[in-house]
Amino acid sequence: MKSAENKPLLEVKNLKKYFQVGKNQILKAVDDVSLDIYKGETLGLVGESGCGKSTFGRTVIQLYEPTDGRIVYDGREINGSLPSAERHGFTRKMQMIFQDPYACLNPRMKVIDIVAEGIDAHGILSGEERTKKVLELLETVGLSEEHANRFPHEFSGGQRQRVGIARALAVNPEFVICDEPISALDVSIQAQVINLLKELQEKRGLTYLFIAHDLSMVKHISDRIGVMYLGAMVELADSESLFEAPLHPYTQALLSAIPIPDPDVEKSRSRIMLEGSLPNPVNLKEGCRFASRCPYAEQLCKEKTPEMKEVRPGHFAACHKAM
Amino acid sequence: MDELFVKAYVDESEKEHIARPNLTALQDGWLRLKKNKAAVVCLFTLIAIGLLAILAPEFSRYSYKETNYDIIYQIPSMEHFFGTDQFGRDLWVRTWMGTRISLLIAFVAALLDLTLGVTYGAVSALAGGKVDAVMQRIIEVLVGIPHLIIVILLMMVMPAGIWTIVVALSITGWVNMARLVRGSILKLKNQEFVLAARVLGTSTAGIIWKHLIPNTVGVIVINAMFTIPSAIFTEAFLSFIGIGMQEPKASLGVLINNGYQVLRNFPHVLIFPAIVIVLIMVCFSILGDGLRDALDPRMRK
Repeated sequence: MKSAENKPLLEVKNLKKYFQVGKNQILKAVDDVSLDIYKGETLGLVGESGCGKSTFGRTVIQLYEPTDGRIVYDGREINGSLPSAERHGFTRKMQMIFQDPYACLNPRMKVIDIVAEGIDAHGILSGEERTKKVLELLETVGLSEEHANRFPHEFSGGQRQRVGIARALAVNPEFVICDEPISALDVSIQAQVINLLKELQEKRGLTYLFIAHDLSMVKHISDRIGVMYLGAMVELADSESLFEAPLHPYTQALLSAIPIPDPDVEKSRSRIMLEGSLPNPVNLKEGCRFASRCPYAEQLCKEKTPEMKEVRPGHFAACHKAM
Repeated sequence: MDELFVKAYVDESEKEHIARPNLTALQDGWLRLKKNKAAVVCLFTLIAIGLLAILAPEFSRYSYKETNYDIIYQIPSMEHFFGTDQFGRDLWVRTWMGTRISLLIAFVAALLDLTLGVTYGAVSALAGGKVDAVMQRIIEVLVGIPHLIIVILLMMVMPAGIWTIVVALSITGWVNMARLVRGSILKLKNQEFVLAARVLGTSTAGIIWKHLIPNTVGVIVINAMFTIPSAIFTEAFLSFIGIGMQEPKASLGVLINNGYQVLRNFPHVLIFPAIVIVLIMVCFSILGDGLRDALDPRMRK
C-alpha cells in the first residue's frame, strides 16, 4: 500500500515527551522518536507496557504538549503555536480510538449523543440530519437504530468499542490513532473489531497508527511496524521484513515470544529469554537503553546511544551491532 | 443423543438486541426512586412540611407574635392545634413560621453548595498546579476556623438574626462540597472519555457541563442533602443557645428553647417543634441516599 514517491501524511521528527516525576527526576516517556506515516497505510507500534507507545500517540494528537520535536501533518506543523481556530479544525482530521471500552464512553450520555459529540463540537449538523448521520454511523459499525438511545453500560465490551469507533468516524477523519483498541477485548471480539477497522480503511481510505502489544494482531493489520523500548524507537520496518529478519536483539526476543497455534511446533519453539527486568525509566544514563539486558552488549553499547540507521532498504534499526 | 438436541435458530439481527425497555434518564431515575419506599415517603413528608410551612401561617386566624395572656400554656385543642406558649401565642402558627426559617436556611445552604462549592471545586481541579494549591490552602484555613467562632464574631458587626446565619453559612458552608467536587473531577479529568472529548474538539465549557458535572451528580446530590440538615441544625442550635433568631421571631431552635424550659409541666411546647425538626433532618438524609442511587444509571438492576 505504501509507495516511495508518496508524500508522508504525518511526519514526526525527534519527538520528545518528558514528565517531571519528582525533584530532579525526569521520566523520558518518549525520547527522540522520528517516523513518517504515509497516506492509506497502517503503521503498527509495538512494545511492552510502559514503553511510551501510548504517550507517543497522545502527544501526536496533541493531548500532551511535546517537550521537543516537530509534528508535521500534511505539510503543516501542528504542534506549538497553532492558532486555536486551526487547532479546532485539525481535530476533524485526526481522531483516536481508545484502549478501555469501559472508560472511553461517558456513562451519563446516551449513545446517540456520544457518537454525535464531534458533530456537535464542530457544529456540522443539527436536528434531523444529526440523528440520521448518527444512525448511519451506528450501522457502519454494525449497531442499529435501537441502540441509539441506550446508555453505554447496557452494551458489551465489543459493542462499546464499536461505539467508540463510530464516534471517531463522525467527523470524517483522515488519520486515526488506535490506542490498543483490542487489548481489552475478548479474543473472539478482537477479530470482529480488527476486521471492522480494516474494512473502514478500505472504504474511507483511512490512515492508521495502530498501537498494540499483541504481535500477531499487529502483523495482521500493519503495513509497517515500529518497535519501541523504554521510550525510544529501536526498529522500524515493513511488517514482513521485520517478522522475517528482525535486526534488533530486542525485536528478536519479542518475536520469539509469540506463541505458535500448533502444539507440536510450539513444543520445540525456542524462546530468547531476556535477563533481568526493565530498567527504571527515570533518569536514564547515556548508552543503549537495551544494553543492560542485551545478550550481545559490548562496552560501546553502554557508552554511546545508537542512532536509527537504515540497515536494509526501508528497514531501520537502532543498534550498534546491526548490519 | 443426537435427536435430543436441535440446533437453535439464531436471527443475526437479534444478536445485538438489548432486551430492556428504552427510557429517558429522568423516567429511569423516577422509576428507581419509586422502588425505594423510604425515600418516597420522605419526599412526600418534605413536600407536606413545605406546604404547611408556606400555607399554615397564611390561613390561620392567629399571628406568630400576637400575645394573649388569657390563654397561656394551653394544651393542643381544635382551637390551637399545637397549644399555646407562655405568652398565649399560637404554637401551630409559630412552629410553621419556624419551619419556614429552617427551610430558607436549607435552601440557602443548598444554593451555596451548588453554586460556590461546585464551581470552586471544579475550577480548582481543572486549573491544577499553583492555582489548585492556593485554592486548597484557602479552604484549609476556612475549615480550621470553628463555625461557632465565626458566628460569634459576626454578631459583633451584625444584628442577630437570620441574615447573620446566612452570612456565616456562606463563609464556610460550601467548603465540603468544594473538596468533594474537586476530588471527583480530579479522578474524572484524565478518564478516556474526557480525553476523547478533547480529541473531538469539545470546548472546555462543554467538557465541564457534558462530562464532568453529570458524572459528579451523585456526589453533589448526596452532599447537598447532607449539608441541608447540618445547616438546619446549626441554625436551630444557634437559636437555642440564644445567638440566632431573636424573639418574637420564631424558629425551631427558639421554640425548642422555650419548650425545654417548661418541659416538665407543658411538654407539648417542646414536642411539636422537635418532631418537625427531626422529620426534616431525617427525611433529607434518607431522600439524599435514595436520590444518589436513583440518579446513577449504573446502579440499576
